[in-house]
Amino acid sequence: MNGHRGFSVLRSEAAGAVRTALVSAENLQLTLKTELSQEEQHLTPHTHTNGGPDETHTKGYCTEVNEDLKEMLESNKESLKLEAMKRVVGLIAKGKNASELFPAVVKNVASKNIELKKLVYVYLVRYAEEQQDLALLSISTFQRALKDPNQLIRASALRVLSSIRVPIIVPIMMLAIKEAASDMSPYVRKTSAHAIQKLYSLDQDQKELLIEVIEKLLKDKSTLVAGSVVMAFEEVCPDRIDLIHKNYRKLCNLLVDVEEWGQVVIISMLTRYARTQFTSPWKEDGVFDEHNERAFYESDEEKTRDETEAKPYMMDPDHRLLLRNTKPLLQSRNTAVVMSVAQLYWHLAPKNEVSIVTKSLVRLLRSHREVQYIVLQNIATMSIQRKGMFEPYMKSFYVRSTDATHIKSLKLEILTSLANEANISTILREFQTYVKSQDKQFAAGTIQAIGRCATNISEVTDTCLNGLVLLLSNRDETVVAESVVVIRKLLQIQPTQHSDIIKHMAKLFDNITVPMARASILWLMGEYCERVPKIAPDVLRKMAKSFTSEEDIVKLQIVNLAAKLYLTNSKQTKLLTQYILNLGKYDQNYDIRDRTRFIRQLIVPNDKNGALSKYAHRILLAPKPAPVLESAYKDRDRYQLGTLSHTINTKASGYLELSDWPAVAPDQSVRNVEVIEPVKEWAPSLGKTGKSKPAKSSDDKFYSDSGEEEEEEEKGSGSSSSEDGSSSSSSSEESGSDAESHVQKNSSQSSEESDKSSSQSEKSSSESDSEKKERKTKTPLQKKTVKPTAKDGDSDENGNVAKEANSSSAGESSSDSESDSDTHTDSDSGTEHKKKTKSKAKPKVEVKSKKEVSLLDLGDFTPAPVTQHKSSVLSPSLLGDLEGLSLSNVSSTIQLSGPAFVPEKSHDLLHRMTGKGLSAQYQFPRQPCLYQPTMVSVQISLTNTTDHPLEQIHIGDRSPTGLNIHCFNTIECLEPEASVTVFIGIDFNDSTQAANFQLCTKEDHFSVSIQPAIGELLLPITMTELDFRKVR
Amino acid sequence: MIHSLFLVNSSGDIFLEKHWKSVVSRSVCDYFFEAQERASEPENVPPVIPTPHHYLISVLRHRIYFVAVIQSEVPPLFVIEFLHRVVDTFQDYFGVCTEAAIKDNVVVVYELLEEMLDNGFPLATESNILKELIKPPTILRTVVNTITGSTNVGEQLPTGQLSVVPWRRTGVKYTNNEAYFDVVEEIDAIIDKSGSTITAEIQGVIDACVKLTGMPDLTLSFMNPRLLDDVSFHPCVRFKRWEAERILSFIPPDGNFRLLSYHVSSQNLVAIPVYVKHNITFREGSSQGRFELTLGPKQTMGKGVEAVLVSSQLPRGVLNTNLNPTQGTYTFDPVTKLLSWDVGKINPQKLPSLKGSMSLQAGASKPDENPTINIQFKIQQSALSGLKVNRLDMYGEKYKPFKGIKYMTKAGKFQALLSN
Repeated sequence: MNGHRGFSVLRSEAAGAVRTALVSAENLQLTLKTELSQEEQHLTPHTHTNGGPDETHTKGYCTEVNEDLKEMLESNKESLKLEAMKRVVGLIAKGKNASELFPAVVKNVASKNIELKKLVYVYLVRYAEEQQDLALLSISTFQRALKDPNQLIRASALRVLSSIRVPIIVPIMMLAIKEAASDMSPYVRKTSAHAIQKLYSLDQDQKELLIEVIEKLLKDKSTLVAGSVVMAFEEVCPDRIDLIHKNYRKLCNLLVDVEEWGQVVIISMLTRYARTQFTSPWKEDGVFDEHNERAFYESDEEKTRDETEAKPYMMDPDHRLLLRNTKPLLQSRNTAVVMSVAQLYWHLAPKNEVSIVTKSLVRLLRSHREVQYIVLQNIATMSIQRKGMFEPYMKSFYVRSTDATHIKSLKLEILTSLANEANISTILREFQTYVKSQDKQFAAGTIQAIGRCATNISEVTDTCLNGLVLLLSNRDETVVAESVVVIRKLLQIQPTQHSDIIKHMAKLFDNITVPMARASILWLMGEYCERVPKIAPDVLRKMAKSFTSEEDIVKLQIVNLAAKLYLTNSKQTKLLTQYILNLGKYDQNYDIRDRTRFIRQLIVPNDKNGALSKYAHRILLAPKPAPVLESAYKDRDRYQLGTLSHTINTKASGYLELSDWPAVAPDQSVRNVEVIEPVKEWAPSLGKTGKSKPAKSSDDKFYSDSGEEEEEEEKGSGSSSSEDGSSSSSSSEESGSDAESHVQKNSSQSSEESDKSSSQSEKSSSESDSEKKERKTKTPLQKKTVKPTAKDGDSDENGNVAKEANSSSAGESSSDSESDSDTHTDSDSGTEHKKKTKSKAKPKVEVKSKKEVSLLDLGDFTPAPVTQHKSSVLSPSLLGDLEGLSLSNVSSTIQLSGPAFVPEKSHDLLHRMTGKGLSAQYQFPRQPCLYQPTMVSVQISLTNTTDHPLEQIHIGDRSPTGLNIHCFNTIECLEPEASVTVFIGIDFNDSTQAANFQLCTKEDHFSVSIQPAIGELLLPITMTELDFRKVR
Repeated sequence: MIHSLFLVNSSGDIFLEKHWKSVVSRSVCDYFFEAQERASEPENVPPVIPTPHHYLISVLRHRIYFVAVIQSEVPPLFVIEFLHRVVDTFQDYFGVCTEAAIKDNVVVVYELLEEMLDNGFPLATESNILKELIKPPTILRTVVNTITGSTNVGEQLPTGQLSVVPWRRTGVKYTNNEAYFDVVEEIDAIIDKSGSTITAEIQGVIDACVKLTGMPDLTLSFMNPRLLDDVSFHPCVRFKRWEAERILSFIPPDGNFRLLSYHVSSQNLVAIPVYVKHNITFREGSSQGRFELTLGPKQTMGKGVEAVLVSSQLPRGVLNTNLNPTQGTYTFDPVTKLLSWDVGKINPQKLPSLKGSMSLQAGASKPDENPTINIQFKIQQSALSGLKVNRLDMYGEKYKPFKGIKYMTKAGKFQALLSN
């Protein structure tokens, strides 16, 4: 040992010298060579320097003692340590045991060098389980790191801590998870969601506590967290559906912005959820009109509930929300996402909507071989139930000679399922080329497929049969054999005059060697022996000769044939039969002996068994039901599509059954998010306001966003050019004029307010300020301030709780404002803060009109950070622009923020009775107007409730005549029952005066008017307290 | 989810293993090796193999099997897609994804795998984020690192991870701002004996190489967006804008990425760019067969057909061939019976042809399989579907970028069935 030690010291010195030159791989090999001899020596006598009391058993088999690595790890040089760790990781990667080095490695866990530290983490996670006591040494390092100001360090500490599978630290992990779950960094919270699963697999007793954490994280509004926490939910408590209710709408709305892997998990969870919560959309023939349904969505909840229970079927708005929000994901580049949306539609959508997934699934077939395999399997299952879905894409399933065998057979399967009277000739022609394929296994599969087509489509049975008979003269044995088997099945189905085919097969019999095919022919002979009375005995004669050399399966059929012939034609075959029965009696195979004995007793009359032999004829020659040729994928639909269980056709462990639709939908109000006041229609706007706007808005999300963004850009550059030279006061004025252009939510009535709106350009810019002040003094005046709620929460915190956030100004770079938002989230989640906000809000409640109350209350339960609000309204990528914008163009004090929420409520513009069947509703989407900055954008949904199309719907005369309206393009034709959503822009000139105009169709015109509430005329902005004071 | 990963080379050795949960013995791969033995071709190994306690999901890329070990229900596509993403990342980092490259960079591979999955659930798969976490190895950096002992590992959480533009890092700076787009179309076709088209479809991708400073917001519009039937986007593309206006609007990731893949609607007739004339005869009883093959350009819109490569699997009965190409070189492997002919550029004035005789197995009967020929080719500066980019605009940044668009058509799975 000493010698070796000396050697390795030398070697490590040498290694130090040549390190710069050597590639680590070479180095590694050198080391390994020395190890071998060391290992031999060390196997027996070694007592370890690192030996803990209970470790010896794990060490029993230990393989490599790597002295020089150990020395490198213990040296003082960072670079030596790093080099050593790299080699250790190399060992781990190769599957070599490096557990010997544990004590040396674990010392470096607190290293300053990040890469070294990471490699140590890799090592720890791999071996901690085996060396629990020593692993405990590292725990304090992680506990310290959990408090580190750097979120990356916090997260990685939690990752490693939770990955060390050492039961003794379960309480520590639990604590760390709980803490991380309310960390201000979403990245750390995400990590804690992952840690939940790890802890659960380590100690199932923690389930209840973990569920609490999951419940908390489910409420998280960060898209980063959503996927991970749902994953934890699926792993820990998939049956706790009740936890999802409150988060259902949020998850639906966040879905598009969640990272792709999270999307898969969330979609599959929501599929299960929906199957327990909604009634089946498949009842009746349910032609379903989405627009109708939308109208309900807008109307109040009570009504919807009544309607749902009543016939006819009416889809739950939440059910529709899910379908609508998953649809864009069909365009994802991630095949798993596309597949999961496809299975969601398959399991949840009304029958007439499922087919929208077809095109996307067919697209996936252009992906990698493995992807094709899974997708084809799912298509195979789908195509059995719904031929129509894939028929237009039949050509996509044509087999290419370069396809792998399992792909070929799946395509064959699908083509067979798709075959019908109309396309069978095309398919058969295609099959003809496949039969000639060089891949014989595939050719055999094709013949079976032809057989299936022949049974399914009676028109082509004869054609197929003839084709198969031709194949009997094929040179390839497998092809012939398969044909024989298939012909046998077909003849059984159509036992009419096919004696010539049987004769033909009898002739071929000598040349066929495949046992299954020989057995099939023999069976045919026996079954239809009366049709070929001359040939059958002759065949039997030949078989009697070769009986002993046949395969078992053939022997059985020989016995069968003999018995049947004996019954029908005993004169010619009696002797032959007896001979064969004698051969069978002494056969080696007991099945054959049994069968022979049975047959002999049955057919050969003697004293004892007279009773049965009377019926021998009826027993043996009974008409037999034809075999059913059906797809192997027929009953795969008992598994949820896209799952592992579906692929392997057995229940995989951990598979969660998809429940049947409930007969009566469970209470749907459980999904309403708690609100203090009856503001139900706002509920879905939680979290993701931009998307949860009613009607079209969700579909239009990206569109309007990008429109908005252009708008923003225009304005940004415009204002920067015009305001560049002006003072800070003028820039605040600018914000005022911006504000008036973006008219916001209505609310109340008072004349005081309309007063205010006339002088709004000044006030709106100073509003938030006044609000702040007034709030402190609690004067009733503060009800005027219609401010984004997030700001409310914000300023509260700034003022009352902590100063941590207020230093970051709007002018900061995007990354800054991110961390800013982190801080907010953190403080938001503290309940204490919330309470404060709430108690502050309470007194205001009394003096405010109802709507405003809810506005402020909403701030209590959606105290989302500013950035979050933005991301909720604008497409994610847009945020970047905005931040860039606010950086360069807009004055530093002002940051546009999206509306904190948008009410679902829409107002009647034109009732269908007055409109002679044309009904119109409007609402304020609270988005910057596309057309002109001074305009308010209004969304109008037009519905034709008549039974004839309405033509040329447009906007006609308006009053006051100066009224500036950006009209929608004339709608040429609106079909009965159809509805359309259009956007118009109205310049209200900062007044609450109604805009009157005419809505015209080809025949009629109807006067309508839109009266904006004051709130709809405001533009939400975000500013820091400092700027706010300055503006004041 | 994903429990462990084993990398298996073509000779059936496990050369790398990584476990995200407790260690799974590598003996679990025995089930995989069994399946590998049963399969006649490497491609025929089933992607999903159930074993008593685990499920093995594998993908084959660059002749390496990536075998993931799964313990419970998970969408198989989830795993498959992830494994392919791993391969793409390796390729991105090391240029190639071979056994040697992986072994040389085993530490980086390990660091990558560690970041890509946490407890078996994907954590960071976006290459821009990964590159901030772990710097790709370059020769210079390797040398510097070995001397100074500095690291490949980033110290900060990548900004993209938290931002709402997760695919782009912040603070990108270039002195030359450029954006290149390659429209590459592939035509898949099966041509029957008589030269008529059985199926033909065009798929295309737009690959981008964008090196722009800051946070540019690009819009790309097409002259004829109607051609695009079915599209899938990089996550950066704003879907609704496309729905409404058929304009691609996006904040690009930094570097190379695939912006869009599309399928050209099947209503449009596909112009087949090359034709094949052939005459192959096997005479019954004789040991000689004749082989004649001529290629020519068909509808190529005036562009030359280049890099033509013809390959064909001849029937087993063919012992050898004695052929004369008018241009290019041809090889015939008597063991695999694979004939390949590297034609090069097709000259419309003097069509390339391959003529000669085949010697057949004595006494063998006329083969009844149809040989098929696979043709590869390239046509530069043209997209077969006629798709044209109208304009590319940039918002959000002040500088003028250099823009470039390139078109190319390639043969995808282009097969012609030969009669005999």
